[in-house]
Amino acid sequence: MARAVTPARKATVTVFAWGVGLLIFFPILWTILTSFKTEAEAIASPPSFVGFDWTLENYSTVMERSNYFLHFLNSVVISVGSTLIGLLVAIPAAWSMAFVPGKRTKDVLMWMLSTKMLPPVGVLIPIYLIFRDTGLLDTRTGLVIVLTLINLPIIVWMLYTYFKEIPVDILEAARMDGASLRAEIIYVLTPMAVPGIASTLLLNIILAWNEAFWTLNLTAANAAPLTAFIASYSSPEGLFYAKLSAASTMAIAPILIMGWFSQKQLVRGLTFGAVK
Amino acid sequence: MGRIILEQVTKSFGDVNVIPPLDLEIEDGEFVVFVGPSGCGKSTLLRLIAGLEDVSSGQISIDGRAATELPPAKRGLAMVFQSYALYPHMSVRKNISFPLKMAGLDQAEQNKRVEAAAKVLNLTDYLDRRPGQLSGGQRQRVAIGRAIVREPAAFLFDEPLSNLDAALRVNMRLEISELHNSLETTMIYVTHDQVEAMTMADKIVVLRAGHIEQVGTPLDLYRNPRNLFVAGFIGSPKMNFIEGAEAAKHNAATIGIRPEHLSISKSEGQWKGTVGVSEHLGSDTFLHVHAKDLTSEPITVRSDGEVDIHHGDTVFLSPQDDKIHRFDKEGLRIS
Ligand SMILES: Nc1ncnc2c1ncn2[C@@H]1O[C@H](COP(=O)(O)OP(=O)(O)O)[C@@H](O)[C@H]1O
Ligand SMILES: [Mg+2]
Repeated sequence: MARAVTPARKATVTVFAWGVGLLIFFPILWTILTSFKTEAEAIASPPSFVGFDWTLENYSTVMERSNYFLHFLNSVVISVGSTLIGLLVAIPAAWSMAFVPGKRTKDVLMWMLSTKMLPPVGVLIPIYLIFRDTGLLDTRTGLVIVLTLINLPIIVWMLYTYFKEIPVDILEAARMDGASLRAEIIYVLTPMAVPGIASTLLLNIILAWNEAFWTLNLTAANAAPLTAFIASYSSPEGLFYAKLSAASTMAIAPILIMGWFSQKQLVRGLTFGAVK
Repeated sequence: MGRIILEQVTKSFGDVNVIPPLDLEIEDGEFVVFVGPSGCGKSTLLRLIAGLEDVSSGQISIDGRAATELPPAKRGLAMVFQSYALYPHMSVRKNISFPLKMAGLDQAEQNKRVEAAAKVLNLTDYLDRRPGQLSGGQRQRVAIGRAIVREPAAFLFDEPLSNLDAALRVNMRLEISELHNSLETTMIYVTHDQVEAMTMADKIVVLRAGHIEQVGTPLDLYRNPRNLFVAGFIGSPKMNFIEGAEAAKHNAATIGIRPEHLSISKSEGQWKGTVGVSEHLGSDTFLHVHAKDLTSEPITVRSDGEVDIHHGDTVFLSPQDDKIHRFDKEGLRIS
């Protein structure tokens, strides 16, 4: 039963939602603000919100001290690369599990998810040793491999749930309409699966972009992505909050912008009222 | 052309045998309805004919051609699904023309046929919309349009009206019947609703647990039900059954009498009872009469709309003798 939406209730909900939203966004906002302060202002108490001397000094220092573009490029290669390879493996896997499930399909899915419940640090040593012996340490290839494996369960699960929502009736209708397997895939399956694949792709790029455990532990300089670039400013040599903030802002900006432009795609559903 | 023959067809899902060996012939141009309670295997049988399921054993032929091994696309049949199963990402026009595109017809011919189908189905104004922007009835029409454009050997319908509201269902029923009259193509129609079966079919196939209980014209089944199951399933309201002493008088284990073959009187008649619930439909009134010494179930009687009989009245019922159906211990008709 739909409850009546009174103006008072609506206002309460709106205020609440904004409150939660701001609470979540506040650390990011604070980071961005701090990146424009001097080091002294960054630790001043009480802190000032906007009434400080805005400066770009931190950004130029960060750009001088480290090779931002190398890290940026590493992040792009690692996150996009691992996601694309993951999709390549996961699409057929999720496909067969969704459309020709066997007796053990549910168990396989649960098992894959259960691997995400292990603390990654549990396998850090073996993976580190393998990487050392195979020369994969501090290489983009190595990170692409690790992140592909780390995110594969999530990719398969997401795709599986999307594919599950494609009504089998529609595929059968195509068969009745004389479509060959090829035509069925091109004209019916793919257009219906693409929104789900796109959402999965975007979300996994974001996850891989932000992944910090493996990227920090398996890189030194050459393959270090932006997460490592941020970490390099949180050294104990002294308090560099403003520079740390500037580095963080530069690291999250690309993904934030990408997320902003693709939010519609990220939340979009699959079917538009074909069935019932 | 659409003569469909099933020979000794069976279907099992794992250990579960859904269709025991079954034989059936469907003549070209016939409107055949598969009717039976939910879960009796109607959809499975239809899907076997369509090729969407493989038979476990047996043969299917369509127009004299062995079709058992053919994929659905090669059988030349069209299907209308209960869920409509429209392509959500295509306009109505694209939906309807999809089978034509698959058949490799040129664009001009596709357009011509789509426009013609849209006209018949009152969809002309909606050709550029997406299925999501249509009402249930319109979606149903699109699904039918998609089936008729390619002039299939036969149409298969799986409970196509069960997602529509009652008034629309009656309309669509008539439209589908009219479509059959004008196309004269074989139609196989699955429903659990015996009213749909009675009103639309040339031939009804009554199914129970995968078995064919009886095949016949609607009036055949109404007049000469082969067993208790068919007798109880066909006809609305349901036939009344009486067992025991009263049945023995007719040399039967069970006798059946339809509500419309009983007359009711306040003064005299064969069976005495008390009036319970009455259902007034305007044209008719259905009275539920309790006659405890005959049967524990209330006996349904059809009477005219203005009958002056009320709850609690004592009444007498008289069956028309030649309309009494007799069944033996196994539930089979005694003729
Ligand atoms: N794919 C399937 N796997 C296992 N059992 C099935 C499958 N499809 C149908 N059945 C079973 O077969 C029986 C008949 O189903 P169905 O043909 O859909 O019945 P109806 O259409 O008459 O309601 C049901 O008991 C159903 O559970
Ligand atoms: Mg069914």
